[in-house]
Amino acid sequence: TEAGSSEVYRPHGGIWIFAEQRGGRMAPVSLELLGEARRLAARMQVPVAAVLFGHQVQELTAGLIAGGADKVYLVDHPRLADFVEEPYAAALTALARREQPEIILAGATYLGRAFIPRVAALLDTGLTADCTAFDLETETNLLLQTRPAFGGNIMATILTPRSYPQMATVRPRVMKKLALQSDREGTVIPVRLEELEQPFRSRFLETVSEITEAIPLGEAEVIVAGGRGLQDGKNFQLLEELADLLGGAVGATRAAVDAGWISYQHQIGQTGKTVAPRLYFACGISGAAQHLVGMQSSDFIVAINSDPQAPIFQIADIGLVGDMFEIIPALIQQIKASR
Amino acid sequence: MKIIVCLKQVPESQDVRLDPATHNLQREGVKSIINPFDLYALEEGLRVREQQGGEVIVLSMGPPQAEAALREALSYGADQAFLLSDRAFAGADTWATAFTLAAAVRRLGGADLIFCGKQAIDGDTAQVGPEMAAFLDIPHVAWARKLVFVRPELLQVERLLDHGYDRVEVQLPALITIVKEINEPRLPSFKAKLRAKSATIPVYGLADLSLGEEQVGFKGSFTRVVKVFPPPPRGQREILAGTATEMAATLWSRLQQLQRR
Ligand SMILES: Cc1cc2nc3c(=O)[nH]c(=O)nc-3n(C[C@H](O)[C@H](O)[C@H](O)COP(=O)(O)OP(=O)(O)OC[C@H]3O[C@@H](n4cnc5c(N)ncnc54)[C@H](O)[C@@H]3O)c2cc1C
Ligand SMILES: Cc1cc2nc3c(=O)[nH]c(=O)nc-3n(C[C@H](O)[C@H](O)[C@H](O)COP(=O)(O)OP(=O)(O)OC[C@H]3O[C@@H](n4cnc5c(N)ncnc54)[C@H](O)[C@@H]3O)c2cc1C
Repeated sequence: TEAGSSEVYRPHGGIWIFAEQRGGRMAPVSLELLGEARRLAARMQVPVAAVLFGHQVQELTAGLIAGGADKVYLVDHPRLADFVEEPYAAALTALARREQPEIILAGATYLGRAFIPRVAALLDTGLTADCTAFDLETETNLLLQTRPAFGGNIMATILTPRSYPQMATVRPRVMKKLALQSDREGTVIPVRLEELEQPFRSRFLETVSEITEAIPLGEAEVIVAGGRGLQDGKNFQLLEELADLLGGAVGATRAAVDAGWISYQHQIGQTGKTVAPRLYFACGISGAAQHLVGMQSSDFIVAINSDPQAPIFQIADIGLVGDMFEIIPALIQQIKASR
Repeated sequence: MKIIVCLKQVPESQDVRLDPATHNLQREGVKSIINPFDLYALEEGLRVREQQGGEVIVLSMGPPQAEAALREALSYGADQAFLLSDRAFAGADTWATAFTLAAAVRRLGGADLIFCGKQAIDGDTAQVGPEMAAFLDIPHVAWARKLVFVRPELLQVERLLDHGYDRVEVQLPALITIVKEINEPRLPSFKAKLRAKSATIPVYGLADLSLGEEQVGFKGSFTRVVKVFPPPPRGQREILAGTATEMAATLWSRLQQLQRR
């Protein structure tokens, strides 16, 4: 294709992870990717490199090395200060053509999923979306990439057998990061890319609104979600109190969002966010299929519902049949008393 | 303004069953719909047409029955529809799907704006749009919730990222993927419905797109699904009974055990 490179790709650059950062703050998924990359690298006998994009983000390199990177490719450029698909894709494509990694992993965040497919297309290679597990095929050492599809109703294992790099985006909060080791050795390789000097057809203007929640839904270990059973927007306070006690975030069904009780940012489900926290509370939520697809890969699900027939109980690990306005305050009391 | 909206026909329910013997997806008997996110993309196309003038073309790759999705799109008010259908297109991964769609866009003489949905509810990858943009060598912006024209060829896009909303500017031609907050899709109109019924929907195959067999479908795909299996079953379900206080106490002790694991 006209998009492809003419040179032969000879993979020798080991495993790369895309180190996602924003405003100098490393996205947690970056360290999770490093942890997984190290485990794979040990079996493949190859180095692990992190690719860091941004402007004046040098100080983040130490954390990447401590988290498991042997090398950090640092592409520091004003064009990369804020995320825009075109320059990010151009930079990663150019670097991959130059260094020829075997594998590239990136977070399946909004940012990662916005530009990594463009890179895969430009490199003429496959891309597996939103992976939750990796393994290596015994004979070939190719990456076995497992991912949920159909809203989590089936799992598929995918190979990229005839092209390089093998590319995947990885669901946040699934892979385990390593304990940071501040005396680990690693090299920082500053990179200049001519490809960033070309004019781009898209550019960043400004951030319009920040999500103000203390813990973004996608990163929360605990999510307390409410539905129409809350009966009123002000009752979300009850869920907020529980979430605060557990260090979690608040989620909602579309019914609650449509009622205007809480903003769309909090919506979980088919037309909202997909989350997979360690602990998910479904409070006054019936368990419609469109909600379940957004949360059913949570590690542990607690359902509180007054209707014993509610479908949410089918997927809950623990179900509490009763009035949430009695149960949740009682639970809050329990938690407070036990601390 | 020439606007192309990409629509995928998907099974209505994501509750797919696996054939216990072959582990193939069982799709028989499942009703097909337009991918829900693509309705927002279509609506946005219609709104841009109303504001800027021009035409809305809907494009889908799929088996012959995907024509129904396109006809439905016409009943919402799209001007023209094209179906990409050929045995050779079957088994495409996102790379091959995007490559075929991009070839069709070229065949149609290009577009000023291409809209895709956020993602398809079956494949769930959200990759086809950005890959298409790469093949067409046009910029793209993902996850748009608001479009504002600065000039007919310059668009400001408010888009969702993990931390909130950013505003970016993009020159046309461009491809935009659309999230559901952007609009409220209209209902089909009676007039358009009538027109849709009798509209001809041209079908393009491999030869019409001047593509080779090795560039499309299963052969053109770089990924291979080697195994499909049901997700691991959930642990023991437990339903608590008793007073609110009793249930809360049991729950809290279970959660504390969990934390220690
Ligand atoms: C195309 C499409 C996309 C959709 N996308 C989404 C999506 O992304 N996310 C989503 O969530 N939904 C989505 N929906 C909507 C979905 O189908 C359901 O309508 C919605 O999830 C229901 O929300 P709910 O559980 O809050 O409300 P209900 O279904 O009304 O359930 C309320 C529950 O609260 C219980 N209850 C009431 N009072 C109490 C009490 N005092 N104590 C305990 N329990 C109580 C009731 O027993 C009931 O089970 C979508 C629908 C469509 C068609
Ligand atoms: C279980 C399973 C897992 C899979 N995993 C992967 C994977 O990880 N990587 C991979 O490359 N392929 C994968 N595939 C193949 C992939 O589902 C198909 O290539 C599919 O045709 C397009 O991907 P999608 O459904 O994810 O669409 P998405 O990329 O999510 O669709 C985004 C938008 O692109 C447009 N669009 C998508 N398809 C079409 C179409 N046929 N016609 C018109 N517009 C369209 C629509 O606007 C849609 O809203 C998988 C398939 C299965 C069955």
